[in-house]
Amino acid sequence: MRLTFTPLNLARYLVWSGFALILIVAPLIFSKGAALSILSQIGTVMIFGLSYNMLLGQGGMLSFGHAVYSGLGAFFAIHAMNSSGIGASVPTTLIPLVGGFAGMAFGVLFGYVTTKKSGTTFAMITLGLVELVFASSLMFPSFFGGEGGITTNRVRGDALFGISYGPQIQVYYLIAFWLFISTIAMFAFTQTPLGRMINAVRDNPERVEFIGYNTQWVRYLTLILSAFFAGISGGLGAINFEIVSAENVSAIRSGAVLLFVFIGGISFFFGPLLGAIVGVFFSVMLSDFTPAWQLYLGLFFVLLVRYAPAGLASLILMLLRVKSFGLFHRIWKPLLAVCAVSLVGFAGFLAGIEMLYHLTLEAANGSIMTRFGQQIDVKAAAPWLVVAGLLAAGIVGYRRVQPGYYAVWSEVNAEIAAKQRGSAA
Amino acid sequence: MEFTLFTLLNGVSYGLLLFMLSSGLTLIFSMMGVLNFAHASFYMLGAYMAYTISSVLGFWPALVLAPIVVGLIGALVERYGLRPLHKYGHIPELLFTFGMSYLIVELVQLIWGRAAVPYPIPKELDGPLFTLFSTSFPIYRGFMMLVALSMLASIYLVLTRTRVGLVIQAALTHPDAVEALGHNVPRIFMWVFGGGCALAGLAGVIGGNAFVTEPGMAATVGSIIFVVVVVGGMGSLAGAFVASILIGVLQTFAVALDYSLMTMFNGLGANITEATPGYELLKLTISQSAAILPFLLLVLILIFRPKGLMGTRE
Repeated sequence: MRLTFTPLNLARYLVWSGFALILIVAPLIFSKGAALSILSQIGTVMIFGLSYNMLLGQGGMLSFGHAVYSGLGAFFAIHAMNSSGIGASVPTTLIPLVGGFAGMAFGVLFGYVTTKKSGTTFAMITLGLVELVFASSLMFPSFFGGEGGITTNRVRGDALFGISYGPQIQVYYLIAFWLFISTIAMFAFTQTPLGRMINAVRDNPERVEFIGYNTQWVRYLTLILSAFFAGISGGLGAINFEIVSAENVSAIRSGAVLLFVFIGGISFFFGPLLGAIVGVFFSVMLSDFTPAWQLYLGLFFVLLVRYAPAGLASLILMLLRVKSFGLFHRIWKPLLAVCAVSLVGFAGFLAGIEMLYHLTLEAANGSIMTRFGQQIDVKAAAPWLVVAGLLAAGIVGYRRVQPGYYAVWSEVNAEIAAKQRGSAA
Repeated sequence: MEFTLFTLLNGVSYGLLLFMLSSGLTLIFSMMGVLNFAHASFYMLGAYMAYTISSVLGFWPALVLAPIVVGLIGALVERYGLRPLHKYGHIPELLFTFGMSYLIVELVQLIWGRAAVPYPIPKELDGPLFTLFSTSFPIYRGFMMLVALSMLASIYLVLTRTRVGLVIQAALTHPDAVEALGHNVPRIFMWVFGGGCALAGLAGVIGGNAFVTEPGMAATVGSIIFVVVVVGGMGSLAGAFVASILIGVLQTFAVALDYSLMTMFNGLGANITEATPGYELLKLTISQSAAILPFLLLVLILIFRPKGLMGTRE
């Protein structure tokens, strides 16, 4: 244990105040159209992603069924909102807690079975479990609402201080409030003995057992806590959308959170926050523009797994490290060149995919495709030649520029490593 | 009697199809430790390839060519996607195949469209094989069983009776020793991966026209074959066989049985109505719960026999 005497950890207060400030001013900056609803969605996905990362990033537990906890939490939350009994006395502000405790209860129940194993077997059990819950949810329509789902009205009870949760802005601030609290709680978890033990269980389970800890118990407790926060995000989602359906407990939803969190970066606490923004950008905003968004998301994910397994956060941190050592001036020119040629190739690739999609899936609407106000005839040769030209230029340019960048990058990083060794010695 | 026999036959033929899929998955898993999440996607790819090839050349060339093409695609995925990730451990490999399953579904929709394609059963295999009592058994079901069984026999013979099979078996347990003897183990991995994918492709060729060839077909069998692999015991080919047949028969029987706990209790003299507590659960028929049976079996196996039916390791 590292003993440090810090009467006032100024940096930490700054970071958390900055986070709170961003949450408060975000709706003032992004105020156009659907921005508020997108921000609200990002908030719920952030909580969901952070809770998922408690398993994957901190515990090394690859789960394909995390939506079970958020989805069941959402169902209990929505029934609490609809009920006239005990549920009616819970104010909307605290409805996420109903979801949280429901998620936690199912974490206690299911986690006992799933956390018996780790690694690949754990992944498969969670996949089986999510399919089990999804299939059962269609069997009990009175609780799960069948295909249509369960709807509610979030404006209920007496408005407290004029807050009725009718306007979207009030829902946003509710989500932001819970996001802030949950983020602090989940960060605090990483500092507790249990949070440290789950890291140890991820890295070297055998040694943890030799020290005398029960790895299954550590995984089980972590999963229960993670399920609690997943349930909170489910409850917030129920308030935000006012509908919960079987899709909320599906393997698709679970796979999506895995994609988002991994894209953000699983080895950093804040990675899922980044992943939530990118993920909602892909699945909500991009899907308005193009039918190919799932292809782009899948491709983005595969490329990240292949070339940057630590996610977007690691790319940003590596650049920041170079910057903090004052060597950024040496890499920015080649970096810019690589980005420029990649952009050219990428533009060609995107245009080609869009035209292909139009050709196969929207053939019934004629061969004229409209994107960004431009009309393109996908049956003519000219646009395809342009696409091929852009792609070729991108690939040739990349091949020419990349080795130079790689050389500079390796050189700079070697220097940084040398400096770090020097300062440590 | 008639019902039992035909349901059993249908169940076995479905189970054999599941085995064609899970055998490749098991082979890849036991060799490389990689759970190929995109395995069902290769099954779908096989069906679509067979649809395209059979519309040009006919069904029989497709039966041979489509699995070969799928196997080559699989080998390429292993060579350029998975092999560089091997040094990072199994989780990135698993995630890579997970991402591939997304990509393949999208690419299939891009090439063949979002609707189901008309991939018919060939004329010479259309019709009843035999008629017993008043029900007839289609030739194509028999053909599926024949292909699956001959595939089972040939895998067994290749793995146990040929030099290549012995090298593969040795590489399963002692990759370092095999490498020291001068065999290129990464290349063996590549061909095993490709071979497993080709088996999935073959299952797609004969499963695609028995069922429906559509972009959702990977998702329908995807999770079932993982259940098969876990229930049978991770990495056990014999276990995968038993589990496939078990789940195939179980599901086929369950779909056909229209009984619930309510009919049973009411038959015994109880009087269950909507007012009875737990009515929702009691009125569920077995056929309604058919979809959850494999997953229920998975959970029960994991609680009572965690290493699977024939598994050797936990």
